[in-house]
Amino acid sequence: MSPLIEVSDLRKYYPIRKGVLRRQVAQVHAVDGVSFAVNEAETLGLVGESGCGKSTVGRAVLRLIEPTAGAVKLRGRDITQLGKSDLRPLRREMQIVFQDPFSSLNPRIRVGDIVGEPLKVHGIGDRRQREEKVAQLFARVGLRAAQMRNYPHQFSGGQRQRVSIARALALDPSFIVADEPVSALDVSIQAQVINLLMDLQRESRLSYLFISHNLAVVEHIAHRVAVMYLGRIVEYADKATLFTRPLHPYTEALLAAVPMPDPTLKRQKRHVSGDVPSPISPPSGCHFHPRCPYAEARCRVESPVLREVATGHQVACHLR
Amino acid sequence: MSSVLEVTDLTTVFHTRRGLVRAVQGVSFTVNRGETLAIVGESGCGKTITALSLMRLLPIPPAEIVAGSVKVAGTDLLRVDDATMRRMRGSEIAMIFQEPMTALNPLITVGRQIAEMVMLHEGMGRAAARRKAVDMLRHVKIPEPERRAREYPHQMSGGMRQRAMIAMALACRPKVLVADEPTTALDVTIQAQILDLIGDLQRELGTAVVLITHDLGVVAEVAQRVVVMYAGRKVEEAPVAALFADPKHPYMRGLLASIPRVGTARGLASMDDRLQEIPGIVPPLNELPPGCAFAPRCKMADARCRAEAPPFEMKAADHAAACWKS
Repeated sequence: MSPLIEVSDLRKYYPIRKGVLRRQVAQVHAVDGVSFAVNEAETLGLVGESGCGKSTVGRAVLRLIEPTAGAVKLRGRDITQLGKSDLRPLRREMQIVFQDPFSSLNPRIRVGDIVGEPLKVHGIGDRRQREEKVAQLFARVGLRAAQMRNYPHQFSGGQRQRVSIARALALDPSFIVADEPVSALDVSIQAQVINLLMDLQRESRLSYLFISHNLAVVEHIAHRVAVMYLGRIVEYADKATLFTRPLHPYTEALLAAVPMPDPTLKRQKRHVSGDVPSPISPPSGCHFHPRCPYAEARCRVESPVLREVATGHQVACHLR
Repeated sequence: MSSVLEVTDLTTVFHTRRGLVRAVQGVSFTVNRGETLAIVGESGCGKTITALSLMRLLPIPPAEIVAGSVKVAGTDLLRVDDATMRRMRGSEIAMIFQEPMTALNPLITVGRQIAEMVMLHEGMGRAAARRKAVDMLRHVKIPEPERRAREYPHQMSGGMRQRAMIAMALACRPKVLVADEPTTALDVTIQAQILDLIGDLQRELGTAVVLITHDLGVVAEVAQRVVVMYAGRKVEEAPVAALFADPKHPYMRGLLASIPRVGTARGLASMDDRLQEIPGIVPPLNELPPGCAFAPRCKMADARCRAEAPPFEMKAADHAAACWKS
């Protein structure tokens, strides 16, 4: 079975300009050669810390920003090569849900119109049919049809995220990029939204690229997981493997650092030291080497490639 | 053990155009020397207002502390004049924030900010205060402290700024440190470093820490005792082990069942495929229901819960909650 989404060697570089002439003096390699695939009805978790490039990947995959290089195939068709008019029908298949339900909804538009907007843009149905469809969408995400006439500020954070999800579902997409969709929500509300996303996947065989810094949420929702560090994927495996037998020292460090909501577990006090380096001037060799407890001479000079160490388990480390 | 901080019946309200908002209602707790008390709850539960009330940092009006006392080593902070309070902030009770830039002045070098505080509180000379500032930066494990002391806050990373703020807060060895979501804005590997740092300094200086957080993982790792707040009230209080093993309030039980956990795959935690939800949302503080504030979201609630607020009472040894049903 070929994957629904296949990303190969995706790159996004940003110029750094200086001086009065705004001459380009360097480049930030925000995304530096990332490859992965998402199958139908599957959730790929993309985890990493701030500045690792995970959100840039999400946007570049949808061509909300133009990738510098690389291919993104939707059902085998490379969308990075398409012109705007050819891309448009494919956009119906691919949607996004953002982190912040406060800034991603226009405060001056009724939520019913927000959710119906994609239908209008793509010229689907007449007014009455669109209204019916919006009412169905509201029901699907657990909102009441009567709320269609309200404005975003009349909703709580969790409800707004339901509105965002309804908007993303309007065109019956097959693939949704969910960029930190529960990070801005209170814990008791997070569970509601996570359950909703999982229910929708079961009902409609949706595929998600689930971007998050929260490993617990990813362990719960994802089938496979890619770990990013400074623009590159450092480990890629199915969920059970990644969380039980992590191979990359960075994955290990991330898992060890997550505080566990169980006071009977005594945390081993061995944390990686140092800050996440700036992506503008990443360390030589393996980007993780200055913080890695196992780093050797080779790690400082030679950049490790992502290679398969077991079926479906890839890691970029000289030592594993 | 002697308690350094004794908060009794703290009640803080806001006078707003939409009426009286009861942000904190009759909250009491004590913290011992060297102990960490966590105050947990979601947005709007009153945990940050509690912290700011302790520090007397709320704008009055619209805020008003209408009742209660906050005793640090016997002195009631709510009864002293402003000049005394300024002296006590920093030397007796200090606070660190989620966003370090709320505490650090962007126009002054980090070293000078710490030095000024030491000069003010301990009457040290400029040169000695300067040396003390560098010492403190070294103490919070900032590399190259001499150089970093001459830098402005924006030249530092988020984790480094958090360390600088901790250095400033602890420079005068306060008896009480109020930490309001100190690691929430940080990446998880940096969070672990900062929590370790606060713990190390606390053991060394004997500081009593009030940790405000929404993260139950952080609570489980660093707190000895926990106060759970909901809609401005304390709904449960217990030692950390008892609280996680046998939560008495349905809200706390719901929270624990609703969080996904790292380690399910490793068998460290077990989890249903479906997360438990707490239905509904936290009620707005100016429209609190008459009885238990959690009743509209509670599966066990009955007529009495909706009509009458439950008393906060002992449910087991050293374990109290406000619930008619437990």
